[in-house]
Amino acid sequence: MTTETMAKGTLNTGVQKRQPLARRRKKRPGTYISRAAIILAGLIFFFPFLWMVATSLKPTSEVFSTGSNFLASRVEWSNYVTAWTAIPFAQVIFNSFLVSIAGAALTTVVSLLSAYAFARLQFKHRDKLFLVFLGTLVLPQEVLVIPLYIMMNKLDLVNSIPALIVPFAFGAFGAFLIRQFLLSLPVEFEEAARIDGAGSIRILWSVILPLVRAPLAVVAVFSFIDYWSSFLWPLIVINDVSRATIPLGLSMFSGERGTDWGPLMAAATTAVIPSLLVVILLQRQLVKGVSMGGFGGR
Amino acid sequence: MTALPTLTVKNAKKPARVTGHGKLAAVYLAPGMLGFLIFIVVPLVASLVISLFDWPLFGAAKFVGLDNYVRMLSGDPVFWTVLGNTLFFAVCYTVLNLVLALALSTWLHNLGSWGPFFRVLFFIPVVTPMVANALVWRLMLTDDGVVNSFLANFGIHGPSWLSNSQLAMGSLIAMSVWQGIGYNIIVLGAGLNGISPNLLEAARIDGAGAWQRFFRVVLPMLSPSLFFCTVMTIIGSFKVFTQPYLLTLGGPGESTNTIVLYLYRNGFSFDKLGYASALAWALFVIVMLITALQFSQQKRLVNYDN
Repeated sequence: MTTETMAKGTLNTGVQKRQPLARRRKKRPGTYISRAAIILAGLIFFFPFLWMVATSLKPTSEVFSTGSNFLASRVEWSNYVTAWTAIPFAQVIFNSFLVSIAGAALTTVVSLLSAYAFARLQFKHRDKLFLVFLGTLVLPQEVLVIPLYIMMNKLDLVNSIPALIVPFAFGAFGAFLIRQFLLSLPVEFEEAARIDGAGSIRILWSVILPLVRAPLAVVAVFSFIDYWSSFLWPLIVINDVSRATIPLGLSMFSGERGTDWGPLMAAATTAVIPSLLVVILLQRQLVKGVSMGGFGGR
Repeated sequence: MTALPTLTVKNAKKPARVTGHGKLAAVYLAPGMLGFLIFIVVPLVASLVISLFDWPLFGAAKFVGLDNYVRMLSGDPVFWTVLGNTLFFAVCYTVLNLVLALALSTWLHNLGSWGPFFRVLFFIPVVTPMVANALVWRLMLTDDGVVNSFLANFGIHGPSWLSNSQLAMGSLIAMSVWQGIGYNIIVLGAGLNGISPNLLEAARIDGAGAWQRFFRVVLPMLSPSLFFCTVMTIIGSFKVFTQPYLLTLGGPGESTNTIVLYLYRNGFSFDKLGYASALAWALFVIVMLITALQFSQQKRLVNYDN
């Protein structure tokens, strides 16, 4: 704690000292060129999303004939209707939300409990066990899909929503992140509560939980995104479109009757919107999560 | 400094003075460790066992010993193609991603208040579903797609990006760098934020030019973040699946077929779960070896004294 605040202190004074320098630099013409360049780079980078939306509003006959024109002769909203009805899209979106929310909730609760035990409780072989657990951070989950599929098959869970949620809720990322955060908190809060006679569940619920809200949110958001975007596992374990999540639904879309690009891009745009909202609303937490060691991903 | 990801395990301090934590710990750890055992440890071991069998999805499994591995290493030319493709992808993707991410994050860092906005912008493809991203790239890269229409404005007859075996892998790499670079930009950005401006100021006063400051001060100070990015980017690159599955179907020929795509096909198109498991273990061993190699070099490459 002390080293942290000290580091922050020196950092702050540094920034203050540097301020006039930064202001002086702003006036150089190079800055304007740099800004123009970054806007251009950003536009090029963002172009695929713009093209996704533009295509989603084009009549099928004009998807290719208009070349690099952004807008077609008319705006074709019906692509969204087609996307919605060609596959049971409302059901697919519902599945995606169900899987992602339940998955994120399960991951977060399990991670919190493990993190608390690894950070605050003393038991035999604790640090060794944690190291082994941590090792799974670099294990490619693709290695596990064959046995997991056989397992789901034996349990008669192929084509089920639980099969999409449960197998991937036990990675080490969440526990690692919350534990790191807990280690930076003084134990005095809990000590005080314990002296006041609070039981351990009580302490976890009313002392720890409010303190770790920030890393909990990071874990919840990242696992939501992971579930929302996951493709290989749903492709393997689901073959009925009524149980599909959005990425799988999108891939089924392009397969069945050639590729109908207008509706497909309408569906893709719909799939991207929740992620975009998450980014816009939670950018701080996302940046914090990644820079704290956000090696989620699957 | 706490923001720097270092991949080292910080040992817990002495916990709150209460003894008899064993039972309590067992209760708290039960869900996490049971799940870890059932869904990670058991499948990992099972995958090794399955790889020793001729294992169709329906019908009896037959023990074949190391046959799957022998076939993989000596009787299946596709394996070597697939391995070569994956390695080529991994090298190009990792180098491009890191060099560009380093350049962009440094640029954004010196851009003042605009930096954070663009950092988030570059992050967007990371969190949008890769399937959606891959599909729009396929649309843009088709023969009469927007990329070639754009080139036609300059009188350039655009090539077949996805059906030309020379270009298909390059297209996949480009799409993947676009998809993944924002992640490293943010990690490196956090690393840059952690570098004390005093240090750079001191170097400046000592007469170090901009490049000298970058190579002598910024890069060593950034090495923990760079190390983290390198490890994670390489691991990610070996798992490449969605891009070839949706953009090129592994083709033309086998030119964009990758380990995970080949694993998927053996398991779920060719009904060879045993052989697919042998491929999975090949992937696992390669990734573990490369990661171990990197960690063994960590002390030499990474500067941890601040």
